[in-house]
Amino acid sequence: MTMKTSNRQVGDVTIVDLSGRITLGEGSVVLRETVQDLISKGKGKILLNLGDVTYIDSSGIGELVSAFTSVRNKGGQLKLLNLTKKVHDLLQITKLYTVFDIRNDEAVAVQSFDA
Amino acid sequence: MAERKAFEIAAHSGFEEEQQHHIAMAVREAAVNAVLHGNAYNPDKKFFVAYEKTPQALVITVTDQGQGLDETLIPDPLAPENLMKQSGRGIFLIRAFMDEVTIRNMHPGTEITLVKHVGREAANAKEELK
Repeated sequence: MTMKTSNRQVGDVTIVDLSGRITLGEGSVVLRETVQDLISKGKGKILLNLGDVTYIDSSGIGELVSAFTSVRNKGGQLKLLNLTKKVHDLLQITKLYTVFDIRNDEAVAVQSFDA
Repeated sequence: MAERKAFEIAAHSGFEEEQQHHIAMAVREAAVNAVLHGNAYNPDKKFFVAYEKTPQALVITVTDQGQGLDETLIPDPLAPENLMKQSGRGIFLIRAFMDEVTIRNMHPGTEITLVKHVGREAANAKEELK
């Protein structure tokens, strides 16, 4: 299943709903282009909703790290929402669980961004 | 393709769903490694995946036709200086998901052997209950 994304705006936070696989040659490029597009539009508060992401590989993990760094380098924040167990386990194994700000409640996540 | 086949074989071999996922993901990472880093995207070079099911384990061998891999040169992706790097987690994840991983430089080519023992989790659970 190819990854799909759709964006929603809640206040000044952009929520990106992702579904499918974030893997090399499939979702990785889509994720990169989506985040780069938001950065280019001046969006600095990005919440990636991974609730419907069924699979992520090492390339996908790398793309999440790259997105996080790109947004942070522009003075913005990128957070993760609704991790599935598989993605949660992957981020724990790779010690990235403590790097990302990970949330389970959308409203709380939106409120957590700096003013 | 290799990933789907690994998933099917793992399922038929009696592994639980989470283990099937881990095996399939390890095979995918090994196959991607073979194409990208081993064969360096050269369309003339092939990679091979062999599956062997024994009563004790599922053994999967992924072989490429590249220059060979020096395992000692693979950086630790958990090291603070590497944690935020975009790449370099493939072999680490393979090791995390499989019980045994052997990397052999074939001069040329690399052979990665992945082993998942049958019933290991069940055995461990029994040990914990004692």
